[in-house]
Amino acid sequence: MAQTVLHRADTRGVADHGWLKSFQSFSFSGYYNPERINFGALRVLNDDIVTGGKGFGEHPHDNMEIISIPLEGELTHKDSMGNVATIKAGEIQLMSAGTGIYHSEYNLDPSKPAKFLQIWLFPNKRNVEPRYDQIILNNDDVRNQFVQVLSPNQDDEGVWIYQDAWFNLGKFDENITTNYNLHQKGNGVYVFLLKGKIKINGQVLDNRDGFGIWDTETFEITTLADSELLLMEVPMTF
Amino acid sequence: MIEILIIGTNQPIMETVKRLIDRDGKWFATIAFSYQEACELCLEKDFSLALFGGGLTGEEEKELQTYFSQVKPKLPIVKHYGGGSGLLYAEIYQAIG
Repeated sequence: MAQTVLHRADTRGVADHGWLKSFQSFSFSGYYNPERINFGALRVLNDDIVTGGKGFGEHPHDNMEIISIPLEGELTHKDSMGNVATIKAGEIQLMSAGTGIYHSEYNLDPSKPAKFLQIWLFPNKRNVEPRYDQIILNNDDVRNQFVQVLSPNQDDEGVWIYQDAWFNLGKFDENITTNYNLHQKGNGVYVFLLKGKIKINGQVLDNRDGFGIWDTETFEITTLADSELLLMEVPMTF
Repeated sequence: MIEILIIGTNQPIMETVKRLIDRDGKWFATIAFSYQEACELCLEKDFSLALFGGGLTGEEEKELQTYFSQVKPKLPIVKHYGGGSGLLYAEIYQAIG
């Protein structure tokens, strides 16, 4: 029988640094909740808003798969591998920190905030050579079906990472029912509702609610309003 | 003061991790840049926690865990993920309460 966990949007950690407002689904920085450390290999899900003209100064990471999904505005990325790039809504960015990487992320447009999801996964391989990737998703016109944006496979849709994880984004009309079939035994799915209202396994979710489901091979999602959601399938043990 | 041993080969990252740990005021970090240095420091000080960073080989990590389990069997060992990591404090709290 499927096991589930519900994280309502208003129970997330909140950090307000002036230039950054961050809503944290799992313990992060000053937010510590021993009941909210991770969902399998998913360790960080931050829903961030960066004020115009501000950003994250240069800082290091190692041995973590770091995914950014911009929702509004733009962020300019620089890293110690020499990459300089701007990411915006409709794109996805991936950093495999591996043996160590420094990077900065700035919203250079003083006139509007940048909103994005910051997602960190534990890797399945430590001390790999650091790697950066960024792709355009081309999913603007796709409705009522999921679009894969991340996988473990280099020749598959979306960016690839060092973990047996699959991410899908979807925009759905009201009253659509769809099934998600997990790729791998032992994985679970963390559903993050970006917008709208949906029902999964009898549970109704609203904007920015998170819902984890595991010990199942498939589950059904029904939209109760026009909705946008992100599905993150990750190993529950790693 | 809680003594924390941090182990990793990337000097700037280790220095950032140490700065973040020391900033707390209740914790003090000592850096080991190699397997050998970690073994030696472990005998010199009474650490409450060992944090494994990047750069050690998988074999070195296993050997260190084995070594620590023999000479300091109660020493908790956790992995960390870089000095900019928002995870650092949560990982420490999880390990030592």
